[in-house]
Amino acid sequence: MSHKTIEQFSEEAKILIADYVTKVDDLKPKERTKIPPQEMPAQDPSTRINNLDEVALGYTMEQARIEAMRCLQCVKKNCVDDCPVKIDIPRFIDHVAHSDFEGAAGVIKEASLLPAICGRVCPQEVQCQQNCTVGKALKDVDKAVAIGRLERFVADWERMTGKISIPEIKPTTGKKVAVVGSGPAGLVVAADCRRQGHHVTIFEAFHKLGGVLRYGIPEFRLPNDIIDREIETLTAMGVEIKTNFVVGKTRKLMDLINKGGYDAVFLGTGAGLPVFMNIEGESLVGVFSANEYLTRANLMRAFDKGKADTPIYPSKKIAVLGGGNVAMDAARMSKRLGAEKVYVVYRRTEVEMPARKEEVMHAKEEGIEFLFLQNAKKILGDEKGKVNGIECLRYELGEPDSSGRRRPVELAGSEFILDVDSVIVAIGNSSNPLISQSNPEMKVNKWGNIIVDEDQKTSMDKIFAGGDIVLGAATVILAMGEGRRAAEAINKMLAEETYSENQKIN
Amino acid sequence: MNKILFKKQLSKDVYLMRIAAPMIAEERAAGQFIILQVDEDYGERIPLTIADADIKEGSITIIYQVVGKSTLVLSKMEVGEELPALVGPLGTATHIEKFGTVVCVGGGIGVAPLHPIAQALKNAGNKVIAIIGARNKELIILENEMNAIADEFIVCTDDGSYGRKGLVTEPLKEICEREEKPNMVIAIGPPLMMKFCSETTRPYEVFTQVSLNTIMVDGTGMCGGCRVNVGNQVKFVCVDGPEFDGHKVDFDNMINRLNSYKEIERDAHNCYLDALVDEKEAEL
Ligand SMILES: Cc1cc2nc3c(=O)[nH]c(=O)nc-3n(C[C@H](O)[C@H](O)[C@H](O)COP(=O)(O)OP(=O)(O)OC[C@H]3O[C@@H](n4cnc5c(N)ncnc54)[C@H](O)[C@@H]3O)c2cc1C
Ligand code: SF4
Repeated sequence: MSHKTIEQFSEEAKILIADYVTKVDDLKPKERTKIPPQEMPAQDPSTRINNLDEVALGYTMEQARIEAMRCLQCVKKNCVDDCPVKIDIPRFIDHVAHSDFEGAAGVIKEASLLPAICGRVCPQEVQCQQNCTVGKALKDVDKAVAIGRLERFVADWERMTGKISIPEIKPTTGKKVAVVGSGPAGLVVAADCRRQGHHVTIFEAFHKLGGVLRYGIPEFRLPNDIIDREIETLTAMGVEIKTNFVVGKTRKLMDLINKGGYDAVFLGTGAGLPVFMNIEGESLVGVFSANEYLTRANLMRAFDKGKADTPIYPSKKIAVLGGGNVAMDAARMSKRLGAEKVYVVYRRTEVEMPARKEEVMHAKEEGIEFLFLQNAKKILGDEKGKVNGIECLRYELGEPDSSGRRRPVELAGSEFILDVDSVIVAIGNSSNPLISQSNPEMKVNKWGNIIVDEDQKTSMDKIFAGGDIVLGAATVILAMGEGRRAAEAINKMLAEETYSENQKIN
Repeated sequence: MNKILFKKQLSKDVYLMRIAAPMIAEERAAGQFIILQVDEDYGERIPLTIADADIKEGSITIIYQVVGKSTLVLSKMEVGEELPALVGPLGTATHIEKFGTVVCVGGGIGVAPLHPIAQALKNAGNKVIAIIGARNKELIILENEMNAIADEFIVCTDDGSYGRKGLVTEPLKEICEREEKPNMVIAIGPPLMMKFCSETTRPYEVFTQVSLNTIMVDGTGMCGGCRVNVGNQVKFVCVDGPEFDGHKVDFDNMINRLNSYKEIERDAHNCYLDALVDEKEAEL
């Protein structure tokens, strides 16, 4: 496939739009489904493997309008049903089709607080786009209306044109809310609680805000500017920020309430505990968790070799174990850091891979090699204790397991050796036990995830939780959704407290 | 923020600093550490043990050796300057109780983290035998402070320039051979020294606790870079440690892993030193 530049896409779209612009309101469904789906302009693969700039460049205005015209404005809105936060998708798309981008942004913001981020990282093909009528009609989910790209376009338009406004803040209530963790869940709680006039403090263990958005997801997928902008908005709203603060260590959780005077606490501490394979050789030099590898590269900026003090291992041939977004990010990052051969080793097949489809496609374009139905059995090392290969096994797919995915079954005697000097383990994360361990009264499930009720309230008084710490490693949009629900419950609780306090005074 | 309140050079490459960190001063216990950065954007996160704390002043004390670029930059910072990032207290506190006789063995800079532990053990009613050692007299730190705590005090240097000539393992062995074996040994220092202390006490079955200083990024259990094999289990030094049973730690693997970035870091250090020299020359 030859690579098309953004200028080419733009030219093509300009020609098309001239054709459609006059009849935007009169197009019949048949005509709409005939409009060519707009591809996402992207950096040329051979260039982008040498930089950290964003790969996907975003629709041009014409492309966005054409893509928006493909939407049928269904009465039964499958897309909305499948959206975890129920954005009124056809309504915002209709604004885009009519060039009313500000209107579109308003519609999205009724339901979602971080559209520039979600438009980039949501797994749309298994959410809003999965059952889109257009995709169904064309019998190809890849031809569904590109809702995510449109969402991103609208959010970027708003940001570039300086149209982002600071939300209105209600008069001060005198109530204090502590938000622990600054991932998407925490950011949303901070915004929603601050708007009600409460004093909000975000406590973050790291020196920078954003959680996984900052330390995990690389800039070539989600530029730091976008996270910074969200944080600027929070600061402008008057949210107080305390970095380098580990709740449970710098201050005990209960001390936030008992000594710090907080009236409610939200725990959005994420799923930051790397899972290893538990195979031989995992402690050799050259084996990393994806968290470590990506944190060094992203948060600690090790890709900037001249400037950063944090080193990154000089890998030439690298195997990434796993098939999710984390594996894709680690593989593509290692390529950018100079690895010549990058393998993704995954036990199942491409169909079962949990990674976003677009990331897998981008990874392939960048020359990442996928070894499906294979898995590491043992990591091999040289006399100095450094990785020099992995022994792999081949698999085939057997009966479906409890998750409905066909279980991979190993093929006896199929061992072979893959020649690599580094291994990145990206098979998942479980919840960080730091807070639950020091608070035995906090109820957790057998995986260590905090148990909450329908209001995101934990078993401890005044303490709420949401995001990956509750769901296990999940997604940005689900974390955000839980944050919104928690904020609503916190706001309600605090309003009731204020009400009864006032009753007493009167 | 975290202002530097006091700075003192203890030996050629070793510095002591008191840094404003009121909350950490209140919460910390012996055995815990902090992570600091000398630059918020490009600085490395370096773990350092809290050597002491003063709740009234709202300060913590760190003692560090200049071993790379970050510690070199830190050593050039002066009283009144602020550290851009400092987080803690991290890790699990040392378990302190009355064990009986405890031998506290400190090698080189390891005496710094050992000191608050020895103090806490003493306060809990233990008999403390302190052995401190270094390559030469120049590198001995906190001698008076340790001497003040110890019921019995031994200093060794490798080259015999001060105290007894030889390694700390020699007096340690003698103590283990006494009629009344010590109840516990705590050894903190370079990895090889902790390894050999553990080997020394193994035949006498004296429980030996070591404090590991592995590679870390976040220090809260998120990266797993600090993992070590203890017994047959993988442990994270930052949350499960830093203290472990020395008889169970796989030191050889740990030492290998500590050297993961040696070559790259040496380059960085040299580049930086070269730059400093250039700067100096330019000034002249
Ligand atoms: C590499 C990678 C790629 C991913 N790609 C995608 C993707 O493409 N699409 C998608 O939808 N999802 C993706 N995910 C998952 C997604 O990032 C998470 O589901 C989401 O970030 C969870 O948000 P959260 O707010 O619950 O927690 P997190 O983002 O994990 O943030 C938690 C924050 O809390 C802080 N913290 C933890 N403990 C404490 C404490 N005791 N005191 C103070 N602060 C604390 C942490 O330092 C962290 O900053 C990816 C994850 C990773 C790791
Ligand atoms: S399902 Fe597809 S076509 Fe129908 S309203 Fe949603 S986006 Fe438009």
